[in-house]
This record gives sequence, structure tokens and C-alpha cells, in this order.
Amino acid sequence: MNTPPATAMNLPESREVIDIIDMHKWYGDFHVLRGINLTIRKGERIVICGPSGSGKSTLIRCINRLEEHQRGKIIVDGTELTSDIKNIEKIRAEVGMVFQHFNLFPHLTILENLTLGPIWVRKIPRVEAEKTAMYYLEKVHIAEQARKFPGQLSGGQQQRVAIARSLCMKPNIMLFDEPTSALDPEMVKEVLDVMISLAKDGMTMIVVSHEMGFAKSVAHRVLFMDFGQIVEANTPEAFFDNPQNERTKLFLSQILH
Amino acid sequence: MIQHSNQSVNSQTDDIKPPLTSIGVIGWIKSNLFNGTFNSVLTLLTLFFLWKILPPLIRWIFVDSLWTSTAVECRSVDGACWSIISANYRFILFGFFPHELQWRPLLAMILLIGLLLISRNRRFWKRLLFFAWVAGLFCMAVLMKGGMLGLAPVESTQWGGLPLTFLLAVFGLTAAYPLGILLALGRRSKMPAIKTLSIIYIEMIRGVPLVSLLFMSAVIFPLFLPEGITINKILRAQVAIILFTAAYIAEVVRGGLQGIARGQYEAAESLGLNYVQTMRLIILPQALKIVIPPSVSILISAFKDTSLVVIIGLYDILKTTQTTLANPSWMGFSTEAFFFLACIYFICCYTMSNYSRKLEKELGTSS
Amino acid sequence: MDNSLPSTKESENSIPFWHDPAKRAVVYQLATLAVVGLIGYYLFSNTVTNLHRQSIATGFHFLEKEASFEIGESLIRYSAASNYARALLVGILNTLKVAFVGIVLTILLGTFVGIARLSSNWLVSRLAAAYIEIFQDIPILLQLIFWYAVFYDSLPAPRNALEPIPGMFLCNRGLAFGVPEPHPAYRYIAIAFLLGCVGVYFLRKWARKRQDRTGLSFPVFSTGSAIILGLPLVIWLVLGAPTAMDMPRLSGFNFTGGLTVSPEFTALLLGLVLYTAAFVAEIVRSGIQAVSKGQTEAAMSLGLKPWQTLNLVILPQSLRIIVPPLTSQMLNLTKNSSLAVAIGFPDFVSVANTTINQTGQAIEGVALIMVVYLIFSLITSAFMNWYNKKIALIER
Repeated sequence: MNTPPATAMNLPESREVIDIIDMHKWYGDFHVLRGINLTIRKGERIVICGPSGSGKSTLIRCINRLEEHQRGKIIVDGTELTSDIKNIEKIRAEVGMVFQHFNLFPHLTILENLTLGPIWVRKIPRVEAEKTAMYYLEKVHIAEQARKFPGQLSGGQQQRVAIARSLCMKPNIMLFDEPTSALDPEMVKEVLDVMISLAKDGMTMIVVSHEMGFAKSVAHRVLFMDFGQIVEANTPEAFFDNPQNERTKLFLSQILH
Repeated sequence: MIQHSNQSVNSQTDDIKPPLTSIGVIGWIKSNLFNGTFNSVLTLLTLFFLWKILPPLIRWIFVDSLWTSTAVECRSVDGACWSIISANYRFILFGFFPHELQWRPLLAMILLIGLLLISRNRRFWKRLLFFAWVAGLFCMAVLMKGGMLGLAPVESTQWGGLPLTFLLAVFGLTAAYPLGILLALGRRSKMPAIKTLSIIYIEMIRGVPLVSLLFMSAVIFPLFLPEGITINKILRAQVAIILFTAAYIAEVVRGGLQGIARGQYEAAESLGLNYVQTMRLIILPQALKIVIPPSVSILISAFKDTSLVVIIGLYDILKTTQTTLANPSWMGFSTEAFFFLACIYFICCYTMSNYSRKLEKELGTSS
Repeated sequence: MDNSLPSTKESENSIPFWHDPAKRAVVYQLATLAVVGLIGYYLFSNTVTNLHRQSIATGFHFLEKEASFEIGESLIRYSAASNYARALLVGILNTLKVAFVGIVLTILLGTFVGIARLSSNWLVSRLAAAYIEIFQDIPILLQLIFWYAVFYDSLPAPRNALEPIPGMFLCNRGLAFGVPEPHPAYRYIAIAFLLGCVGVYFLRKWARKRQDRTGLSFPVFSTGSAIILGLPLVIWLVLGAPTAMDMPRLSGFNFTGGLTVSPEFTALLLGLVLYTAAFVAEIVRSGIQAVSKGQTEAAMSLGLKPWQTLNLVILPQSLRIIVPPLTSQMLNLTKNSSLAVAIGFPDFVSVANTTINQTGQAIEGVALIMVVYLIFSLITSAFMNWYNKKIALIER
């Protein structure tokens, strides 16, 4: 159920970049993730949906070690995620994350926000880092704001900057934690458009979101999570038109009204 | 809103328990005390440090100490001499108030504490409480001063100890509040003369130490008065404390006023309310709700600052304690006496600050 | 066109005087000024009469008169034959001495306790919380008097002095410890230290430029510390490694030699630092907590190491929040040092108090006290305004 054959998704046979095997996580006594099994191929795009508290954000935060799992294995691009700090740093450099509340650094300009990672983590000279930063700012259509501060931008603009910031680290995988949930409705489209163009460039993306239009247009698989488990996973057409599980049907009826 | 379905969870995963070392007592100890090498070392060092200090301290306070003995017996013992408190507590707490009449300040304090405790509970914040306070303050004044209802008059020069501390703090804050509100409104006023006067007052008072104002009250206030009129020392100190506290209240209230959205002023204006009505009915009630936690903070400061009247010779609990220690038989037991005093202050201030925190939480979530 | 509406000019003239807000404002202000002026005049005339009646002098001529009182400790030369102006100067210098040392120690202790309060170690954070709660809730004056009493009641006489560290003596006459004996080498060591600081400043600039150019980072912190500490050390070795110390020795009823810090100064410093540090700890704690967790998470997701996150993301934001209230607390410490009058340390208020008692000129004396502290306040406000403008986060 969790690894449909590549041919079914119109993807060339590509290597696995994320392998999660029987992963469990507890907060104290609360069993928040119960036996997650998930394999993601390079270039694949996954949308995860589910009620609040189902563990979907926790799942992707475990992938870049913002949360720790207690049992099971997470393997990212061949490196296993353990308490070993070297592994964690290696994985974080390959995985980019976009947050619900943008989390831009308010005391730095937009340009400085983007060049911070490359300069201090990848040790790239400033001029080159700035060139890369301007390239990605152009890509997200916000190059003219480079010298401004985050406080001067709207929510939609800040989220696009946040996406560009992650892209400057040239990651292989991009994680999105409800990227449009904190935005005013008229700004959701500009962010989704950026994400769609990213998808067209072939980025491996895991997106936690309720934007079903986005899922239908670019996702290879849609996962439904409830109570810490992946209840159903399927291609978008199959998922929306023919949900198998009762809980999936209930959830879909509540959000597609 | 998204609802969880009622179907039961896949029972296969129900039986798996989290790793032993992450739950229960062991889990707590591991994550809070021994979380990594640095923390483990820290815990051990701290425990060692406590082990060195606590046993001798406890021995001094409780084991070897005397609680109700004479001064002479105390000197022959290594432990703390709490007898200095038990022998002198009436003087420390009530100062020079006539011995047989000390039930009156005691009653006044109980009344005050009672009112404060009732005011803690927000359910009672109604008109009735306001009148209860007015009546209560009046009763306290009568109990202290006497001269009516058959109570023997007691000169204010004889008031001292804990009642004096409470008096200076509570009356100080209460009288300072209206003045503080006026100053805050003045500072925000668009009329340049009034604004300037308010700013001068507030910045001047906030820039100088309370000591200087108390000096002023002690030596300069008498010069302000025409010949023949005198005001007793306590009243002068009270005025100094009121003037001082008003400046701080003004700043706090100004913060509250700034927190009110412009839309409120505009709505009031469009209803046709004039300045006084707008302030009284719309703005101030909202602003005052915001400023209650910082006001409690000012009350705590005022309470602590009353100790400064020692410097101008008024007999609050600090000075009565110092006087007790000046007595040759009790000389040298200052640690015990000040420790007792510190406990009194700590209990009062801690209760107030705890209340303020609780209030901030309540008001924060409700508004 | 319909011309029945009166033009604005006409309607202005027909508004009664009393309903015009602009004119009312003028009236209110004049009334306020009149009331304030009248009260002021009343107080002033009473004062003049009373001063005259009690034959108290006015004016600041007393400053040139001989002070004829001793001052316990002073940074400059002073004797009972000096005039009042000099005595007051001694007081100001003493206040500045206490304030300066107090501020440095308070920032160190307060930051330490504030960070401890945030520690994940339960024991450490609870102890820090207890310290903060206890020392905030006990009046500063009580703490000062307590420490002063400890010196006089609990500490032994010089001949039985405690020796917590060899060479350091604690008794009821104060704290005595050894200082290095004067030696020409120390001048060069001091110069070496200053040169080291300047050198590290330029090192940082060079390292920054190099990083911009090539991307390689240079360990400025370790190299810089090595230079600042090492250069003076090298000079010390080269110039013969002088180790002679001027140690306190018991002679007669007291210690001579070395440096003795009076009980008054120690008690004042101890009380002020312990009290103010509790407030600073809260400021530091809330400053660090105010930076949202999301900032740390974003930094970590980019791959920044913990110390990089602290330096580049957390601290710049924390400092913006910490510095303004911190500056207020430093001003409070300076104002609270005025309580030295209660324990006999000759700070400015103490000296001014003696002056008032001797000359009877209370108004001039209290005015001087207020002016001096107002100057401190103004300097502090100016600094805060400058700092706030400089680092304000630019928002829409």
C-alpha cells in the first residue's frame, strides 16, 4: 500500500531517497506515530493530509531531526538518522524545510536570510552566495525586495522568500509543513504557483497540506494519516474519487464541502 | 472543523510501549537531571554543593536553636536564637502603639488582608467591592487613630511596625492612582502646556531616588507651610510616597492607554461622546483592565519601598527591628532578626507577585 | 446654484466662543498654568518667610566653606579642611565607583542566573528560580542592612580573621587581599593587553573579508583569546616574570598592606548586586525565550551548528529585547546606591545629607541630589534612545 510500483506513477525507475521502516514515536506516554512505513523515490511528490493531531507534521519533522523517533529506522539518501551529530548535519544539508509560520530571520535582510546558510554551512564565498540567492529570488518572483527586511513584506511574499532560502542550500528533498495555512486567501495562490514550478523542475517534495487542488495537479501520491498511522495512500485520482477506508471518506467529506 | 472518527485504532500497535528509560520516574530523572554529559556533571556538582551547605544550615536554624529562652541562655548556644523574636515580637510588629490597645492595629491589618483576599477572586469585582474598600479603609483609619466610637485616641507618632508598612503602601497606591491617571492623560494630551507639565513631573520624579523625596518630605515640606501649621511626619512621608508612586503609575497607565485600538476612540467620537465621557465610559475601563498586572507590580515595589522610611526616622518594621537589636541584651542576633523580617516581606511580596502572574494569565486568555 | 448654506467663514464667526475646541484648549491650558503658578507662588513665599525666620542662608556659597567632617573612603585626596564642594565631589566619585563595579558584577551574575533558569537540568533551573524569587521579594534596604550586620555581628576581629583563600582575609574591618607590587613591567603588560584588543579588532575585520572572498571561516574566537591573553603573558615572561605581591599583614589591630575593601563598600556592593541580578536574570530569561522556537528550527534546518545559531540568529534578536530593560535596571542600581546613607558608606546622598545637617540648607542640598541623579537618568535615556534607533527592526 505504501510503495506503489513506479510505473503506476509515470516515474522512471529511480532510487529511493527516503526509507522509513516501522517508525514509532512517543511524547511521554502518548503514542504519536505508530509504525510508519514509507518509501519515497527521487523526484516523487507526496501530499500528506489528515485531521489535526494525526501526527503528519511530527512525521516530516522526524525526517530532518527536529523531532526524535524512539523506534524504527529512518534512512535519508543512504544515511541513517541516529543521534550521531555528523549524520544529522549531513541529512539537514540535503533536506530543506518550509514552515507554516515562515520563520524568516527578522533582523537580516532578505538577501542575508538567503546567504546565511550557504556562507556558514557550505562555506561558499559571499559573492557567489549572493549570485545564487538572486537567482532563486528571481525564480520566486521577488528579486526586487532583496534589500528589504522580512517585516516589510506580506505573508505570501515571506513564504516565497522562505522557499527560496531553503533552495539556496541546493537540497535534494524539500519538506513543506502546512505552507499556506497561515496565509490570507488571496496570497495562497502565489505560494502554490511557486511550489508547482518547483515540482516541474523535478524536486522531491513532501507536503503536509489541505490544498487538494495542489494535490490533484502535481502529487504522485496522497497519504491520509489518522491517529499516528498512514491509513490510506493512493494516486490523487484514486484517492479523491474512490477512497477505500471509512475514515478517509469521513475526512474527505468534512474538508470538501 | 475536522473531527476524529469514532472507529477504534488499529489494535496491533496498542501493545507496543515506549522504551522504558523514557517514561515514569526513571524517564523524568533521565531527561531532567542526567540529559547528556554536561547536565550529569552539573547535577552532581549541584548536589555536592547542596550537601555541603544544607545540613549545617538546617542544624543552625532548627536543631541547635532556642525558640523561647532568655538572651543570656541564647549566647551560650551555637544555634539560632529565635527567642529574640518571641520575646520582642509585639514591639517589632506594632512599634510604640500602647500595649493594651494593640488589638486595634491587629484588627485593622486583618481587615486589610481580608479585603485583599476577597479582591483576589475576580468574581467579586463589582460595585459592592468598591464600597467595601472605602468602608474598610475608613474603619482602618478609625481603628488606628481612635478618638471616636469610644476608642481612645492614639497619636500618629505612636503608629509603627507592620500596620505602618501596610498603611503607607496601600494608601500610597490608592491615593496615587487618580493622580497617576491624570498625569497619564495629561501626557497624552494634545495641549502643549498640559503635556509639558506632565512630562516634566513624570520624568523628574522617575529620575530621582525615593530617598531624595523622603528627605524632601522630612526637611523641606515644613518650609512650604505657613507659620503655625504643622503636618505630622507620617503624613509627610505618605505624601512623598504618593507623589513618587503616581509617576510610575502614570507610565503604566499610559502603556495601557496606548494599548487601546484607535477604533475605540473613533467609535466613541462618532457616537457623540465628549472627552470626559469617552475616557470614563469607554477607554479607561478597558485600559485599567490591561494595567492591573503591572499595577500589582507597583504595589509590590511600594510595599518594599516603605522600608526606606527608616532613613527619616519613622518606625516601620525595619526600624523597630533595628531598635530591638540596639538593646544591649539582644545585640548581636541580627541574622535571626533580619531573617524573620525577610520572611515577612517575602511571604507578602511572593503572594502578591504570584497573584499578579495568575491574573496576567487569566486576563491574557480572556481578552 | 443653491446658495442657502452659509459659507464656512460665516459659520466660524457664529460659533459661540465656548464651543470652539481650539479656544477651549487655550483656556484650559491657561487655567492649568495659572493654578500651578499660584500654588508655586504660595509655596515659594512661605518658604522664603520660613527661611528668613529660621535664619537659614540661601544660595550656593556654602560650597566654598570648610566642610570640617571626615569621609571614610575616598578616591581623591580629601581632608576635613577641604570645602563642601570637594566633599560632594568625593561623594559623586564614590557613587560612580559603586555603580560601575556593581553594574559589571550584576550583568555577569544576572546573565549567568538567567541562562541557568533556562537550563534543561531541573535542579539547576529550580535553584535559579528560587534565587530570583527570593532576592526580588526582599527589600533592597533590608538586604543592605543585613549584609552590613553580618560584617559587624558575625565576622571576627582582625586577629581571628577568616582566611577563605590563602592571602585573603575576611574580618569585621573589611576584606583584605594581596595586590601585585608595583613594577615597571605592569605598564608594558597593560600596553600589550590594549594592543592585543586592537589587534583582535583588525583580525576580525580581516577574517570577515577573507570569508566573503573565499568562504573559509577563520577561528577568530580562539585566536583572538590567545592573543589577548597570550601577548601580556609573553611580555610578563620576557620582563622577568615579576611575582612579588603586596600582601596584607596583621599589625596591631588591623591589616596593613595589600588592598582593603571596607565593610560598608562590600555590604553595599553585595546587596546591590544580589538584588539587581535577580531582576536582570528575569530580563535575560525572557529575552532569550522571546525569540520563537521557530527561529531555532529554521536555523537548524539550514544546517547551522548550535553555536552558529546562537551567534547569528538568537543573540541578535535577544539583545534587542534585553538591552532596554537592562539599561533601566542599571539606572535603578545607581539610584538604589543612594541607600548607602543607611549603612554609612559615603556616597553622594550620604555626603549631601551631612552637608544639609551642618549647613541647614536643605533646599539646596536636596536640589543638588536631585540634579545629580537626573543627570544620570538623562544620560541613560539618551543611550537607550540611541540604541533603540540603531537596532530597531524595520517593519512595514
